[in-house]
Amino acid sequence: METRNLTCINCPMGCQLTVVTDGGEVVSVTGNTCPRGEIYARKEVTHPTRIVTSTVSVSGGVIPVVSVKTASDIPKESIQAVMDAVSGVCVNAPVSIGDVLLENIAGTGAALVATKNVAAKQL
Amino acid sequence: MNKAGLSYYDIVIIGGGPAGLAAAISAKESGADSILVLERDRELGGILNQCIHNGFGLHTFKEELTGPEYAARFISRFHELGIDCRLNTMVLDLKAEAPSGDEGSSNGCIKTITYSSRSEGLVQITAGAVILAMGCRERPRGALNTPGYRPAGIYTAGTAQRLVNIEGCMPGRRVVILGSGDIGLIMARRMTLEGAKVLAVAEVMPYSGGLKRNIVQCLDDYGIPLLLSHTVTEIKGKERVEAVVISEVDENRRPVPGTEKEYECDTLLLSVGLLPENELSRGAGVGISPVTSGPVVSESLETSVPGVFACGNVLHVHDLVDYVSEEAAAAGKRAAEYIKGGASAGSDTPCVPVKTGNGVRYTVPSYIHPDKAGERITLRFRVGDVYRDCAICVYLNDSRIARKKARILAPGEMQEVILSGDELRSFPDLTEIKVCIEAN
Amino acid sequence: MQNSYDIVIIGAGVSGASCARELSRYRLNILVIDKEADVCCGTSKANSAIVHSGIDCKPGTLMAKLNVRGNELMEPLSRELDFEFDRNGSLILCFDEEDRPRLQALYEQGIENGVPGLRIVESEELHRMEPNVSDDAVAAIWCPTGGIVWPFGMNIAMAENAFTNGVSFCFNTGVTGIDKEEDGYCLHVKRSKAILWTDGNTGEPLRSSLPDGEDTVRTRCVINAAGVYADQIHNMVSSHKIHITPRRGEYCLMDKGTGDIVHSTIFQLPTPKGKGILVTPTIHGNLLIGPTATDTPDKEGTCTTQEGLDTVMQKARLSVPSVPTRQIITSFAGLRAHEDGHEFLIGELQDAPLFIDCAGIESPGLTSAPAIGEMVCSIAAGLLNAEPDPSFNGTRKGIIDPKKLDADELSDLIRRDPAYAAMVCRCEMVTEGEIIDAITRPLGAHTLDGVKQRTRAGMGRCQAGFCTPKTMELLSRLLGIPMTEITKNGPDSLLLTGMTDKASSSCAAPGVSGGDNE
Repeated sequence: METRNLTCINCPMGCQLTVVTDGGEVVSVTGNTCPRGEIYARKEVTHPTRIVTSTVSVSGGVIPVVSVKTASDIPKESIQAVMDAVSGVCVNAPVSIGDVLLENIAGTGAALVATKNVAAKQL
Repeated sequence: MNKAGLSYYDIVIIGGGPAGLAAAISAKESGADSILVLERDRELGGILNQCIHNGFGLHTFKEELTGPEYAARFISRFHELGIDCRLNTMVLDLKAEAPSGDEGSSNGCIKTITYSSRSEGLVQITAGAVILAMGCRERPRGALNTPGYRPAGIYTAGTAQRLVNIEGCMPGRRVVILGSGDIGLIMARRMTLEGAKVLAVAEVMPYSGGLKRNIVQCLDDYGIPLLLSHTVTEIKGKERVEAVVISEVDENRRPVPGTEKEYECDTLLLSVGLLPENELSRGAGVGISPVTSGPVVSESLETSVPGVFACGNVLHVHDLVDYVSEEAAAAGKRAAEYIKGGASAGSDTPCVPVKTGNGVRYTVPSYIHPDKAGERITLRFRVGDVYRDCAICVYLNDSRIARKKARILAPGEMQEVILSGDELRSFPDLTEIKVCIEAN
Repeated sequence: MQNSYDIVIIGAGVSGASCARELSRYRLNILVIDKEADVCCGTSKANSAIVHSGIDCKPGTLMAKLNVRGNELMEPLSRELDFEFDRNGSLILCFDEEDRPRLQALYEQGIENGVPGLRIVESEELHRMEPNVSDDAVAAIWCPTGGIVWPFGMNIAMAENAFTNGVSFCFNTGVTGIDKEEDGYCLHVKRSKAILWTDGNTGEPLRSSLPDGEDTVRTRCVINAAGVYADQIHNMVSSHKIHITPRRGEYCLMDKGTGDIVHSTIFQLPTPKGKGILVTPTIHGNLLIGPTATDTPDKEGTCTTQEGLDTVMQKARLSVPSVPTRQIITSFAGLRAHEDGHEFLIGELQDAPLFIDCAGIESPGLTSAPAIGEMVCSIAAGLLNAEPDPSFNGTRKGIIDPKKLDADELSDLIRRDPAYAAMVCRCEMVTEGEIIDAITRPLGAHTLDGVKQRTRAGMGRCQAGFCTPKTMELLSRLLGIPMTEITKNGPDSLLLTGMTDKASSSCAAPGVSGGDNE
């Protein structure tokens, strides 16, 4: 049996949740004051995920970097691996929103996509 | 052209950020034809361009977008509608004058806007209506009067955000953040992901002004401590920041002697509040609320100057951009109606003030003409403290007409109540509307 | 770097710059040397920005004489050199009938010092003149010759004019020792990212970087205008030691628009309880309150303290109860170079010929600066038998301020240079044109603070939040240095610690990944 304490993120209440797990299975969630708290706690304890947003370098663009995100959420523990992979990416302008800049980033299955349009610099 | 040969637009919108974009789109869709948006930056979208994190648009689009993506949705609609805009254009002056001679129309006073840009030089134009959508700025260190030296390495969180996300620059490697507003929390994560070490976030209040989600996903995820009831009491380093001293504060927010702790760092980021940017509004004679630092407006989001409307963060600082878009759309619609002469706020219709009762810092709007209130009016406000198990109550004169239970209200979150226009109009001898927080 | 001069002036503050400008009237080979990155970095930078009438100097002192003379010179100089000055007058408030004799004595002292136009005003007239002054004020002395000035503007103007008349300037260069030699002095200097400006009178002014390290400079004559360090410089050559105490003064500055709360500069009558705090409009319409007076052993101790700032706010309210402290946009501290005898020490040293002190220049040093320059110049030029330079041009034009132009003039300016239509600092309304001029003009800015002090970009209510990235970009482009080398002021005040991982990785090879293959 393992116990983890979490802060619920659903509203400003910020309920302090206590989750008891056994072999990866959630045994109980306490401290929540509404059902959303329990749903959040179960997910957060068993397979927490995040969207990662960052920037990558643009060559020949009107600005030096373009914003990017993982097209879907990735396992929380892969954040650093994703960031390391993002560091290696650079693209040529123009870039459009939704352009896939890297498939299956850091083996997460998620693509890295541009979130901003960057025009090419007029020479 | 109606004044000394100057170009005339029905509606000129100052600012092409989320508020200006939504106002322009809504005004166009409400039938206004000649609309011009003046934007000082090199692109539309305003501050959203540097807010590369996700979490925008849940209300508006039912999906989570990043800031630039949220802006892009509005920008493409804006272009579809063929609305005119000028980029890299700074408005220098706004004047609202009563029309002279026969130039007067039902549209009341004529607004003259002076702007400058590299491509056009110094230009004056006139407008029937103006929508103020200039946004806000961050409170700087000086406003806190934090003692110490004035070295390099002290940035507001928003300036740091621009440097990192737009310019690709790193403003620091070892960072302390003062203030737990959302931009500060977001930058704690952003700096960490870019390889910086964020030592702590200090918050002078006993609660954070940021969203719980940001506290968990920007601080807890990375093991960054949030020090509530703490503040920076000294900045060390003559050329570049070398350390800051963080102290605990008492209930009056005064530092407690003996609790000083030094954090060796090269950077201090400040996320200590936002202030509506109303220099132009003041110049035009627009009445400003001392609480919000934004214009005092009616149900039509019209300021004290007829035909000058305000929306977004220039009016009051919002928590979610979705509400900015919603409010701005209302302003755009009202401005279009004003141009058509249908809803010019006149002094001939009764006007009822909205009073703030217990716990309510301000409301937007702060007065209502029931005759012009339409079907429903959204009253937005913020509370002054954290309230648990309470109720938001609305009174017309002395009778309570609404009581909305709330489990928690916090100053960081904007609240709203919806009033029915019919109810306001049918209430006998309505002299005051009051919003307050009562115990549950 | 040439290393032999007729005169080396140590210190590029108002005193040094004024001496340099006056001496540039002669055919002399002059170098101004400063350990800081720019002119106006020490005492000249952080003070009350007041042009004193001269009422409170002890009669018969050099301070009294130079104050009154400096006050006289200020207006014509401000026109010649195009810097901002306003003779707004000052009032010295008396809060207690018991202090009347002291007020009367101060008035008489002013008369003795030759201060023109002094008058004692009674409560009613005082409150008519300044409705926001405290009801507790029972009377005041009106000093019509008091004024306010833009210290950066004045210091920079004098230095620029000296430069265009042939004076060289060397920044980020500290003097570590001075040897007396047969025909003059040998200065040992230490450079760290030093910048040398030469040939300002040739039409091809030259800005060059000098290598880090130690070096020597020879000169016939030394002028010691080293501010709080003037004792150290003096004591390098003289056996008659002097001692200067840095006296810290803390200030709070309020947002523009607050400056009309008072029209004149409001002093408090010094009493046995203390010297009082002034409340004054600044030349740009802010309100300034301060200073405290705390002695510190640290010659770089320009930090503010909670105690000091609290004192300033509290005492300012004695004069003007409605001081809007909520509108404070910044606070700062400066150090006065307080010499033990509280007197300006100006003159050739007895035991060091052609070594001229300009030491102990504390308040009213800013006011006196034009007169200090005049006095030092006459000593030095006399000792060196210098010949006047007929090509001397005493006028200088400052950076154009588009806000002061009418619509037609502004349109013309923008037509000539569209950069004056591009706003960079929106709080102070500073255009790209002004910033480009500040960076590219002779003796121009090479730091963020340098730009700020020449144009006011970043001095407004957002305190450089919006304009910093843009100003850095302009510095980088115009000086040809990477963003990562841009400093706030001194060589160690780097604004960035690097680029983000991505931006710093080379991204030159096309098509490294699929961005353009979509």
